[in-house]
Amino acid sequence: MRKIQDRLFIHLLLILGAIITIFPFFWMVSTSLKTHTESLLIPPKWFPTSFVFSNYLEAFSQVAFPRYFLNTMIITVATLIGVLGTSCLSAYAFAHLKFPGRNLLFVSLLSLMMIPQPIYLVPSYIILSKLHWIDTYYGLIVPWTVNIFSIFLLRQHFKTIPKDLYDAAIIDGCGHFGFLWRVVIPLSRAPLITVSLFSIIASWNSFLWPLIVTNSDAMRPIQVGLAYFAQEQGSFWPLLMAASTFAILPLIIVYFFAQRQIIESFSRTGLKD
Amino acid sequence: MVISLLYYIIMKKVYPLLYLLPALLIIVLFRLFPMVFSFCISLTDYGLGGFRKFVVLQNYSKLLCEPKFWQSFLNTIYYVLGVVPLGLFIALFFALLLNQRIKALGLYRTIYFLPVITSLVAISIVWKWIFNPRIGLANYFLGLLGIPKCLWLEEWSGIFQILLSPLGIKLPPLLAGPSIALCAIILMSIWHGLGYNVIIFLAGLQNIPKHYYEAAKIDGAGTWHSFWYVTWPLLSPTTFFVLLMTTITSFQMFIQVYMMEGPTGGNPLGTTRVLVYYLYEKGFAEWQMGYATALAFVLFVIILCLTLVQRQILARRIHYQ
Repeated sequence: MRKIQDRLFIHLLLILGAIITIFPFFWMVSTSLKTHTESLLIPPKWFPTSFVFSNYLEAFSQVAFPRYFLNTMIITVATLIGVLGTSCLSAYAFAHLKFPGRNLLFVSLLSLMMIPQPIYLVPSYIILSKLHWIDTYYGLIVPWTVNIFSIFLLRQHFKTIPKDLYDAAIIDGCGHFGFLWRVVIPLSRAPLITVSLFSIIASWNSFLWPLIVTNSDAMRPIQVGLAYFAQEQGSFWPLLMAASTFAILPLIIVYFFAQRQIIESFSRTGLKD
Repeated sequence: MVISLLYYIIMKKVYPLLYLLPALLIIVLFRLFPMVFSFCISLTDYGLGGFRKFVVLQNYSKLLCEPKFWQSFLNTIYYVLGVVPLGLFIALFFALLLNQRIKALGLYRTIYFLPVITSLVAISIVWKWIFNPRIGLANYFLGLLGIPKCLWLEEWSGIFQILLSPLGIKLPPLLAGPSIALCAIILMSIWHGLGYNVIIFLAGLQNIPKHYYEAAKIDGAGTWHSFWYVTWPLLSPTTFFVLLMTTITSFQMFIQVYMMEGPTGGNPLGTTRVLVYYLYEKGFAEWQMGYATALAFVLFVIILCLTLVQRQILARRIHYQ
């Protein structure tokens, strides 16, 4: 009998935690569907009396959200391609090619991971302005097409691929690049998915960097556009909530389909941003 | 002979470089060089008009004399001390509950992890709405509990001062503690990071072999004893990792302050200005880039020292299996 009570108590606590976790999301969507006057009511109405979907349209018409979306999509996809390309190539070099100073170089790269991002802000900004890359896609994308952690992750996996496979590939007339492309990459699905998910989430949510390197409305990604919208809009909460919902939604959809891979990626590698 | 030597050189020395070239190029240009460059800028008065003259260590000495710097330093420390231990214990608590071989584990995990992947910008707007001093939900709930309303993100008085004022105690400003505004940001940040820590703890808990618990049970250990003598010591590598990661990321907190206290108002008496936000203000609103990089270096040194100290202290207390 005690056991059942214990179980119930555990579930009760967990459900309470889940409610607290979900609640802000619920409140966001609920407010986004209210009229302005209804959103100001005290005591608050938990559910809108009638769903006002026009808030979403209005938020879209007030600022260039479609443009922000397009920018974020371009940045996310280009960064992903860049990260996958550079990581695969250099991870392969660190795992399977022999050259002097290999380990030293690898360790130095890893120690670069320790450096906090704020250090880079000012000097990178100055470098970008010398390159005339401020307020361009180059400035938003190129600096993030290398991720040292991804190199590390892939290298660890590439090392587990046996040398015999390489010898067999050589006999079949494969070079290093053919071996990487035809054997190593198809055998590395799991770490490649992990690297891709991290890259997508990071680019979609990145804020401080695009805030600094963009200054025209046409170049802003969704997060920066949303921040400016919030500053201008002030207190028209249903509109703000509609815009926030929009900025969150695409990743929630990705999460919905790939939640197992996402959670396992995070828990296996213990990485955050 | 020459051809084979050339072939040898190309295959051994140059060929690997081709694989590394794209990555190294970007790392040198956007990681390594900026770091060296950054230190040089911090020794100049680099501003809107570019480089004018070397001021050597003046930026640093100016920094250390500036009350605003010390205030943002203190705010950052408050924030870290609020988010890290509290977030850690709440996460451990939920991870322990989830580890009880319960039903619907996957569902709980999915829900708890949800905030981690959502954008801090959007979610900060939502919390700003919840903390709205006039019509926000936070005040509505306080009202239900019979507690007087609070200004939340606009309230500058320290939390210790507020807690002690019914006793008639007046604290000096330095001991008044983090402002209610900062506490609200701490609360929201714990909410946002909880799922990540829960997942890491859960992975750590599932790595502890079951037979240790069975052995403890045979020796007559209850729930508390088996936690304190089995779980806690064997979990210590995970705890250490979570501690280190949350400390490092907390020191770099920026988005919450930018969005909730913002460039257009809020930030009551500067009590929510944290170091990175101060850096942003100096570098990209006032364009004092020399000063801002000096600030970035101070932040870097703090994080580096903390990492080393934590490693030193905790390394002796960690039990690897």
